[in-house]
Amino acid sequence: MLEVEDLDVYYGAVHALKGVSVRAEAGEIVTLIGANGAGKTTLLRSISGLIPARSGRVTFEGRDITRMPPHEIVGLGVSQSPEGRMVFANLSVADNLELGAYRRRDRAAIREDRDEVYRLFPRLLERRGQSAGTLSGGEQQMLAIGRALMSRPRLLLLDEPSLGLAPLLVREIFRTLREINARGMTVLLVEQNAHMALSIAGRGYVLETGRVRIEARCAELLKNEEVRQAYLGG
Amino acid sequence: MAEFFQQLVNGITWGSVYALIALGYTMVYGILKLINFAHGDVYMLGAFFAYYSARWLGVAEHPTPLHALGVLLLAMAGCAVVGIVIERAAYKPVRRSSRLAALITAIGVSLLLENAGILIFGPDPKFFPQIIPSTNIALGGGVTISNQQVIILVVSVVLMIGLRFIVLKTRVGKAMQAVSHNHTAAALMGISVDRIITFTFMIGSMLAAAAGVLVALQNPKIEPLMGIMPGLKAFVAAVLGGIGNIPGAVIGGLIMGIAEVMVVGYLSPTYRDAIAFVLLIVILLVRPAGILGRNVAEKV
Ligand SMILES: Nc1ncnc2c1ncn2[C@@H]1O[C@H](COP(=O)(O)OP(=O)(O)OP(=O)(O)O)[C@@H](O)[C@H]1O
Ligand SMILES: [Mg+2]
Repeated sequence: MLEVEDLDVYYGAVHALKGVSVRAEAGEIVTLIGANGAGKTTLLRSISGLIPARSGRVTFEGRDITRMPPHEIVGLGVSQSPEGRMVFANLSVADNLELGAYRRRDRAAIREDRDEVYRLFPRLLERRGQSAGTLSGGEQQMLAIGRALMSRPRLLLLDEPSLGLAPLLVREIFRTLREINARGMTVLLVEQNAHMALSIAGRGYVLETGRVRIEARCAELLKNEEVRQAYLGG
Repeated sequence: MAEFFQQLVNGITWGSVYALIALGYTMVYGILKLINFAHGDVYMLGAFFAYYSARWLGVAEHPTPLHALGVLLLAMAGCAVVGIVIERAAYKPVRRSSRLAALITAIGVSLLLENAGILIFGPDPKFFPQIIPSTNIALGGGVTISNQQVIILVVSVVLMIGLRFIVLKTRVGKAMQAVSHNHTAAALMGISVDRIITFTFMIGSMLAAAAGVLVALQNPKIEPLMGIMPGLKAFVAAVLGGIGNIPGAVIGGLIMGIAEVMVVGYLSPTYRDAIAFVLLIVILLVRPAGILGRNVAEKV
């Protein structure tokens, strides 16, 4: 469904991705782990069309999206909950969710999806009239994920959804992710919390300074000595 | 006291014109963090477009409210196009460059419009036709208001309510708010940031055009450099209210108008332009973020 082939991305002189190839099949949860600065966020940003690739190719469901502007990529069914959450602080929770459905016109279905997000994250329902800037960090994370779901994506990109959250909440969010995935949504998950990520994903990639270092099934990654040392705390 | 209330009526009328111009500054700033220094010149073009539309429609010979409305709409449509072209041709290419490059471009566009105005319209003032014959209405207590002032107020208020509706209630307005908060996040919602920016320039330019027409009703002498001072003052008004803040621009505009009329009435007409800079210095010292401006802390 998603195929990233030999992608090279630069920030000025910084060579952030060096020939990265990653793929996700429909219905999979795929995780990307890697140290700070490895290029995980950069990869998600270039899949979404936010940073142009110098060379290489990104295809989604057989279509080349490498040079497509970000809003059209959303229209094709790729949605992202970005690093740092980026909720619209002075808009209400409800307005944030509504913006998530910006490209859709099917009002009735949008309402259903909104109710579904409220069911997944009841906290958001309680706070729906409140401005997003006043939510706690964890609540903002729920909002960012919920907002990304509102476009009804077939591929969901998540950049560190567990960042800064209490362990209980992390588990709650991961349970939600599994539930979303069970309904057929493909997920590409970037995580610092490698334990959690490897436990819910099927396959994983280890990124190291802009390169894919290891690609394997998560069960194997969990056993891999190198991965255990570097990302699972021994 | 009658004198004071008369000044107040005049000040509010004048201030609502500043408010209309200030709205364009503040919206563009909100969305691009750019001071569009050419905005005052778009206001000038609004007056000239109205002048030529009025001649073309023959409004001066048969002034009717419907014709006057037609003149207003034509001027707004003309400036909408100007706004779109300025954004696409001048600002979009430098959007990823430094703030300084954008600022220099803005000054360049302003100079270009002023000199093109001199070239095309001629340097001498033109006399805007009386598209609405003037009458005075007594408000009681010796205070009067002209029908032109009433029109200025009514048109301004209608446009401001319309803008408020667009920004707060419509899909495109929500997108404008999203873009002004964060371009990346807006793009990830599926919003075409480029289109929203262009739309913002278009709306701002239409409001400036309306201001140009309304001023020409009262002060019929129009010339290609007429936008410089009002543009500068409206910019100060936007800063006064809190740049990037839409209600702030309206409040700033009204304060600016009232202050100016009061200074002319009670001190001396010499200080007419100076008051804008006094206000600017005061607000920058006392409350740099502006009256309604605030720094929203973001959770990261
Ligand atoms: N806007 C930028 N300008 C210059 N360099 C950048 C920029 N953004 C990222 N980089 C560099 O690109 C590399 C990859 O960054 P990226 O944000 O993708 O890492 P990451 O794997 O997401 O790290 P983290 O786990 O800390 O979020 C880093 O070396 C970073 O310094
Ligand atoms: Mg990152």
